[in-house]
Amino acid sequence: MNVTLFFEQLVNGLSLGSLYALIAVGYTVVYGIIQLINFAHGEIFMVGAFGAYTVWMVVGSPTALSWPMALFVLLPAMILGGVVLSVGTALATERFAYRPLRGAPRLAPLISAIGISVFLQEFVRLFYRKLPGAPDSKRAIPFPRIEGITGHSLQVGAVAIKLSSVFTVVALAVCTAFLWYYINKTKTGRAMVATSQDPDTARLMGIDVDAVIMRAFAVGAGLAAVAGVAHGLYIGNIDFKMGFMAGLKAFTAAVLGGIGNINGAVVGGLVLGIVESFAAQLGNSAWKDVWAFVILILVLVFRPQGILGAKVADRA
Amino acid sequence: MAMLEVKDLEVAYGRVKAVKGISLAVEQGQVVTLLGINGAGKSTTLRCISGLIPPVVGEVWFEGERIDKLPAHKIVRRGIAQSPEGRRLFKNMSVEDNLLLGAFSRQDADGVKRDLDRVYGMFDVLRSRRHEPAGLFSGGEQQMLAIGRAMMSNPKLLMLDEPSMGLSPIMTQLIMRTIGELQSEGVTILLVEQNAQAALSLADRGYVLEVGRIVLCDSAANLLGDDRVRQAYLGAD
Repeated sequence: MNVTLFFEQLVNGLSLGSLYALIAVGYTVVYGIIQLINFAHGEIFMVGAFGAYTVWMVVGSPTALSWPMALFVLLPAMILGGVVLSVGTALATERFAYRPLRGAPRLAPLISAIGISVFLQEFVRLFYRKLPGAPDSKRAIPFPRIEGITGHSLQVGAVAIKLSSVFTVVALAVCTAFLWYYINKTKTGRAMVATSQDPDTARLMGIDVDAVIMRAFAVGAGLAAVAGVAHGLYIGNIDFKMGFMAGLKAFTAAVLGGIGNINGAVVGGLVLGIVESFAAQLGNSAWKDVWAFVILILVLVFRPQGILGAKVADRA
Repeated sequence: MAMLEVKDLEVAYGRVKAVKGISLAVEQGQVVTLLGINGAGKSTTLRCISGLIPPVVGEVWFEGERIDKLPAHKIVRRGIAQSPEGRRLFKNMSVEDNLLLGAFSRQDADGVKRDLDRVYGMFDVLRSRRHEPAGLFSGGEQQMLAIGRAMMSNPKLLMLDEPSMGLSPIMTQLIMRTIGELQSEGVTILLVEQNAQAALSLADRGYVLEVGRIVLCDSAANLLGDDRVRQAYLGAD
């Protein structure tokens, strides 16, 4: 492999990995607090992409905006729409599908999550078919072009870096910075960490654990929605099934990094993205999904605590 | 009326009843101790008062209001803090973060600052190592932190669950002296202990629990002189 190709694959891997990382954080934050693998989280990511798409439709499906308008008005509005829809959906699933099952055997909420996953996929498929002027939701829907990002590349030496790649990686960096600040520097963030380490003692501190759980779902959903928009820009289209594979990959990333550990989710996502890119380059690209799950199985067998190790509460 | 009143409380884990109908009262400014061996139901009683487990039967009243239906975080806001059994610190957080979590329910930044100084004043080692993770401290120091953390909510009633557990006799003395200081500052304390001697020499009143029931209740001085207590808990023959 020559140097140019190497760097191109590295950039691809980082972009893909940033998507995985943004989604993986949602698995890990929720798991850290209620030990639930929220298998509907991939669909929260999908809903985010559709939320952004819906904003674009509502403002009249503009196609010829100037780049400052597209980049600084339309795109933020689309991201906001995606975040609102994802967070709303996540809070509703928490309230109606998971909270009634708290205290039930762990298999029960897991099955509930799978049910929500199917429900959301089918709901989006059917709902968007009914919308006037909506494209055929059975097929992939072309994501709106954002002038200033879509179709442009940054030339670094011989390597062409798509601006949608840059957007994706920057989105991860910005979200991670906000998340770091939230977790480490705000009172409610500290409450979230305390709850993940020892829920009963957190309650003795006066922390409302239900509120913390809702915030964990909201934070994860917000990042997943950003990933949904980034996916739309980077891949170029969205569809109602997109959350399935992306969700499983991001789950793999979370396990790879150490489920329950936020830094681990970011590291795991990036590592998985890069491995997948290079595996596709070196071998047959049709096998790229196989490698992700080979990694999952190897991690589960040989290092179940993941690269950074889960932050399991020390209950002395 | 007593500050805290527990009436005919029954608490169960699944089908196992850990507390089988106990009633007790704590007057404002008093130190009241619950004595008994492991499994007598002492910690369960505290967990129920704090709202961590709902009672099966019975009532808990605090300052004239019924609190046994409230969630734990609202009970903290009413003014009941608990330092739980085994200390339960957030071990990879710093001392200061642990203390600030103790003040989670408070909005008065000035008051929190003042209470932080007060806790640091009581336990100098916590001030000098306030940025170190709580898990690095010795058992006695961790116990100081656990008590300090409970004090950070500026509680009207402080419940301490076996503060001397696992500590050396010297450390136990130090912790008991601290509880004595809190008492002289007017803090109302409900103290659960296995170390009956230490607890009774501090307390105003005591209750003795056996398998989920109160078998004795009297002033601490009388309990210290009671033959049954001396035989069962003070190691006298």
